[in-house]
Amino acid sequence: MAYFDAASTEPLHPAAREALITALDAGAADPARLYGAARRSRLLLERARAEAAEAIGARPDEVSFTSSGTQAVHLGVLGTLLGRRRAGRRMVTGAVEHSSVLAAGAAHEREGGTVEVVGVGLTGRVDPAEYAAAVAVEGTALACLQTANHEVGTLQPVAEAAEACRAAGVPLLVDAAQTLGRLPVPPGWSVLAGSAHKWGGPAGVGLLVVRKGTRWRSPLPEDERERRRVPGFENVPAAVAAVAALRARIVEAAEENARLSALVDRIRAEVPRLVPDVEVVGEPVDRAPHIVTFSCLYVAGEAILTELDRVGFAVSSGSSCSASTLRPSHVLEAMGVLTHGNVRVSLPRGASGADVDRFLSVLPGIVRRIRESVGVRSS
Amino acid sequence: MAGMRRPEAGEAPPPAPALTIDALGRKCPIPIIMLAEQINSVPLNAVVSVLADDPAAFTDVPAWCRLKSHHHVGTHELPQGGWAIHVRRNY
Repeated sequence: MAYFDAASTEPLHPAAREALITALDAGAADPARLYGAARRSRLLLERARAEAAEAIGARPDEVSFTSSGTQAVHLGVLGTLLGRRRAGRRMVTGAVEHSSVLAAGAAHEREGGTVEVVGVGLTGRVDPAEYAAAVAVEGTALACLQTANHEVGTLQPVAEAAEACRAAGVPLLVDAAQTLGRLPVPPGWSVLAGSAHKWGGPAGVGLLVVRKGTRWRSPLPEDERERRRVPGFENVPAAVAAVAALRARIVEAAEENARLSALVDRIRAEVPRLVPDVEVVGEPVDRAPHIVTFSCLYVAGEAILTELDRVGFAVSSGSSCSASTLRPSHVLEAMGVLTHGNVRVSLPRGASGADVDRFLSVLPGIVRRIRESVGVRSS
Repeated sequence: MAGMRRPEAGEAPPPAPALTIDALGRKCPIPIIMLAEQINSVPLNAVVSVLADDPAAFTDVPAWCRLKSHHHVGTHELPQGGWAIHVRRNY
């Protein structure tokens, strides 16, 4: 089977597997206790924290391990809004952020706060000037922006947004879930969120990084763990494995990005040539190296996924029929591109050119057969 | 985003649809397939009104117009839910 759904979850990196197996025993004790095994566990956790900090460009005491990327975003958004309550209750976000950001915004609105959503153009990128204007409005407590979009791969203008936030004195939360371990973290953020299973670490580990000097208060009941930022017993073995994968990915990044990006370029070029009535969406150049998304007219996304699965390809779709909700992807909606017939290919580390070639060879027939079954002729 | 568009004050009222396609209750891509099948049955520059209540149609009909170089005239909410999405045949 060819696994092309890395943007959902990246297969466990060998470095993470090895670290996890070792740390399952070495990091089993409670890192908050004082006996020898506990000290060893704490040492592992603090080393992982220091290494994560170094990889990100932060200080160790700014880094917390969470139980997921979603939890990191929820705590980052709500905690910063709470810490900045005296500055205002307004949150600014891009329209194509991950649902965890938008859901945290909705929770903020239910508590009486406001959320301004900055729209995106056809390629899914927020306009830096529009974003800067939104951030400059009096009473803005927090601005959020992703590094790259999880559905279409488009890179967001984080550096420009950070500059606008700095000028306005507003903290910027950057959701780096799709790029940590792949691309350098853009400078200028105040809060950073990430998710280990997106870079080849185990599931159940997220990163929340809060810069010194950023006002932050936990929106959850008090707990001593993770410097009072994240409640609950730390998963030391998983944190150790997550950071091992992060470091390994960063070492491999330049070479593997170039290779995967060339495969994505091939898909971007070949799909419209091989399949009639297809739109490849997202930024063609300013994009994450591993993600490409296209929509096929007159075809249900679910039908393509099912047929691709049958011939051994795991991909995902933002079409409503294949999602758990009845609504199509908010990302595709906000971009104003076709929401039906949508296919996202996201290449994991090691994805082979031969598998991409085979994908390109089976796709045209699959789309043609589905169209014929609903009475649509295509050349 | 491909949003609602209502005529500005002073703007000429949109031409009455030459054809109404009732795709209410139909899931995308069916409304788009119906539109593609029937657009050539109206004269050039005539307007087709697609009635649809699948949320995907709200985005997908204007996106189809962009891809197929037809013109999305506007989208109007229906009292019973859903939209009348007006498309002008360009060629």
